Amino acid sequence: MLDVGRHPNIELLAYSEVEKVEGEAGNFKVTVRRKARYVEEDRCTGCGACAEKCPTAVPDAFNEGMGYRSAIYSYFAQGIPSTHTIDADQCRQLNGKKCGICAKTCQAEAINFDQKDRILELNVGGIIIAAGYDVFDPSLIPEYRYREITNVVTAIEFERLLSASGPTGGHLDRPSDRAVEAEIAGLDKKAEKSQKALSKLEEKFNEPSDQFYKKYQAGEYKDDEDHKKWADKYAAHLTVTEPLEELKKKARGFTVAKRLAFIQCVGSRDFRFHPFCSGYCCMHSIKEAIIAQEHEPETTSTIFGMDIRAIGKGFEEYKIRGGNNSNITYVRGRIAEITEGPNHNPVVTYEDTRERKVKNQEFDMVVLATACAPIKGIRTLAKTVGVELDKYNFIKTSSLSPVDTTTPGIFVCGCAESPMDVPESVAQASSAAERAAEIAFQSELEKEKAVA
Amino acid sequence: MPDKKEDIRIGVFLCHCGSNIAGYLDMEELDEYSRKLPHVTFVQRNLYTCSEGGINEIKKGIKEENLNRVVVASCTPRTHEPLFRSSCGEAGLNPYLFEMVNIRDQCSWVHMKEQEAGTTKAEDLIRMGVAKAALLEPQEPIMSKVERRALVIGGGIAGMTTSLALANRGYEVVLIEREESLGGMLNNLNKLGPTMTDAGALADEKIRAVTGHPNITVFTKAKVTEARGFIGKYNVDIETESGVTVIDIGVIVVSTGGRAFVPEGLYGYDGKCVVTQLEMEQLLKDGLDADIKNVVMIQCVGSRNEERPYCSRICCQTAVKNAMLIREQNPDAKVSILYRDMQMYGVENEEMFRDSKAKGVRYINYDPANPPQVEPDKVRVYHPLFGRDMDLPADLVVLSTPVVSQEGAEETSQLLRVPIDENGFFLEGHVKLKPLDFATDGVYLCGSARFPANIRETVAQGLGAASRASIPLAKGSVVVEPIISVLADEDACRGCGLCVALCPYGALEIRTTEKGRKVHVIDVACKGCGVCAATCYQHALSINSFTDGQIEAQIEAFLD
Repeated sequence: MLDVGRHPNIELLAYSEVEKVEGEAGNFKVTVRRKARYVEEDRCTGCGACAEKCPTAVPDAFNEGMGYRSAIYSYFAQGIPSTHTIDADQCRQLNGKKCGICAKTCQAEAINFDQKDRILELNVGGIIIAAGYDVFDPSLIPEYRYREITNVVTAIEFERLLSASGPTGGHLDRPSDRAVEAEIAGLDKKAEKSQKALSKLEEKFNEPSDQFYKKYQAGEYKDDEDHKKWADKYAAHLTVTEPLEELKKKARGFTVAKRLAFIQCVGSRDFRFHPFCSGYCCMHSIKEAIIAQEHEPETTSTIFGMDIRAIGKGFEEYKIRGGNNSNITYVRGRIAEITEGPNHNPVVTYEDTRERKVKNQEFDMVVLATACAPIKGIRTLAKTVGVELDKYNFIKTSSLSPVDTTTPGIFVCGCAESPMDVPESVAQASSAAERAAEIAFQSELEKEKAVA
Repeated sequence: MPDKKEDIRIGVFLCHCGSNIAGYLDMEELDEYSRKLPHVTFVQRNLYTCSEGGINEIKKGIKEENLNRVVVASCTPRTHEPLFRSSCGEAGLNPYLFEMVNIRDQCSWVHMKEQEAGTTKAEDLIRMGVAKAALLEPQEPIMSKVERRALVIGGGIAGMTTSLALANRGYEVVLIEREESLGGMLNNLNKLGPTMTDAGALADEKIRAVTGHPNITVFTKAKVTEARGFIGKYNVDIETESGVTVIDIGVIVVSTGGRAFVPEGLYGYDGKCVVTQLEMEQLLKDGLDADIKNVVMIQCVGSRNEERPYCSRICCQTAVKNAMLIREQNPDAKVSILYRDMQMYGVENEEMFRDSKAKGVRYINYDPANPPQVEPDKVRVYHPLFGRDMDLPADLVVLSTPVVSQEGAEETSQLLRVPIDENGFFLEGHVKLKPLDFATDGVYLCGSARFPANIRETVAQGLGAASRASIPLAKGSVVVEPIISVLADEDACRGCGLCVALCPYGALEIRTTEKGRKVHVIDVACKGCGVCAATCYQHALSINSFTDGQIEAQIEAFLD
């Protein structure tokens, strides 16, 4: 990423969208909308001081909504360019409220609330589409109860939980436990506030609140205004602290998730959604299970799949190593449903096709290996750029011209073409670069011929 | 030796790497500690030193604090040293006055649970890095011209695709094929899935394009017997029936393909009633015998076992394709595929898999612990869903055997000094990020020489390898890191040649000079591995930026 950002021959137009493509191979005119960031790119140093001071907390899309970022933000810490962006929907200032704290904080004077979208016209010889993919939304599969059972997460959410820079700093804290911790934090704040008010009264009457309250209830105090106020305040305080203590007691028993289930083909190889195989998910689950076990040696993982497709270089060996050294069990079978057991533990019901039995198994967390779906805007993009899609909504190619789209001069690589893993994407990116370079060379040649 | 009077000003940049380092080491202590080290005049901590902001801080430090040595204590030089080096260069400091200390992989990651000990170790490493940095000397990159001609070894679909791509961009290509004609594996195949393209027709089309291209010279029945030199300046001997041709070459692409494993002694293989998928291709080409009514295919024959642990990726799709073609030729034929996992990854394969089921191909899963038994006219297999053995009548048994490494791959690997992996396939520079490059600059790979690949993947890789190989060709010159071996003490060298024999990159040779036999370093070929310097008992050779003096200073600092 950094190499791209630093390369003298690459002009990076991030936070931009293609609006129109005209012309033909060797001579395209592309209209690009550079969306307003409300931050001047040439001034922003990416220091992040603005984000630290910004008072608005927004669920962090990079962490799959499992943490918060500010309204002024960089998508993630090592992102290129490091230029920050103001989230126009969330920013107080841009929504007519008084704020502008970021502008006051920014020493580089990079904040510009008046910035507008800019339209750019580019002349290019070839076009490469590398628009990637979207993660399939598993809440469409009712039997997996994603979002209903908190400890059922997607592979990408799990990836963020495993990451040292993720919302849990790499600890496999269960979402249900994290929800309790969040509740505790909220109640703690409340309790602190009410305690402050009580402390003032305690000082005034020189008596601890709990003692006073006992006596007050026993009728030892006159029912005057001051005492009544104190008693009410204390009663209200108890309604916070009692459940808080309960929750804290519960939280002391929390441990990281150690019994993991990985469910393959969630939305892929499924006629209801995507009939194709997403290719990389088997290896992704194996990798996540191995890393989870590295973090916590007692972790055991069960991977439920129809076929475990370990088809790349060294993949089968990696799969076997996972079984031998990382406590992974591979179960051949498709999941019937997930239910919620005690302690928010997901319970997986499946048929073990080897033993020909329907079984139930309880886990601490279930990870859904979600399908590689075409990006949401793919139809618009294909129409704008002028290429055809295949019946699954990936950019159409053919096996003998694997990176050529249906329009000469326009090429595709990576998961916009079809699901694939990293090495294949890297190889395909080089292929697309090659085809584009051929077009550029040939059109130069023709120009030379025309001149001659 | 550096001028002792030179005012050495070292800046130390401590990277938090988000929480990767700062979450486990005491960064404040490291900060204070670094300030006390000799020659250190500036210390700064960054959340991510590699971010644009972090890089700007290094540049600012060099300019505003007059730093003349930079030490970054962060992650691994494997990924980030080039960035930090060039950033120093951009700020006007010689890039080789930079030293990197790995306090993430070597401290925070391996000592996650021992903050104190991890921090102490980081202090040791920083102290050593600073000691070395003080002795660093500026270096200048080495530039060498590139011969604008590519050598492609192997004339199958991968090699032909690469050759055409490079030729279409105006580069001269020399294509070497061992066999009598181009085409490789395509010549033995019937139809290519999932489009059922005729393999022979595709081969003919490509061969015509290659042989008719003015920029491509083809040598058939040929082999490379010698490859001297290095990126940009190779000099190769090509042996054909009519003698040896010597050609200057800039870059080399290895596209030697693979071959089908022959399952001698497995499942009653006889080449007649029990055949391989490759033999099946020929049977289909010739037209299937009409009385073949029952066909059983067995997957993973000779692969995914102890001897050959890898999955050969393309055999399942081949079986599915051939199963459908059998049903096309003999519509009454029953075809069963006995499999462990059907590796029909991706969009096209899975679609072909579904199609085949709709067209009546049957699939039975088998457990490698209880494999199918091939008997005369039938195959017995345990059916896991029925929970009992089943007898499948079989006029023909087809064994899906893996693609194994090409004959002579080892020889090619030695010739070009590029590695092969434990399965005999060529080993790329990085399995994820450099799939088509070798670690050695100027040599690239594609197709089944790397790992079994289907037609789509092979074509894509052929184009991709051309793209990679075209970079030095387009630039016309290469710039090489000057961290290489130098004959630091010519008088000490006795010309014994021990280093020459040990150099893994062919970067050393003995030359006769006025002073007698002396070693000469071919600087562009040298990778700076240090084998020669470590071997030389006369201490005549030295590695730039890893001199004896610098390493001794590090050791002394460690013992402090």
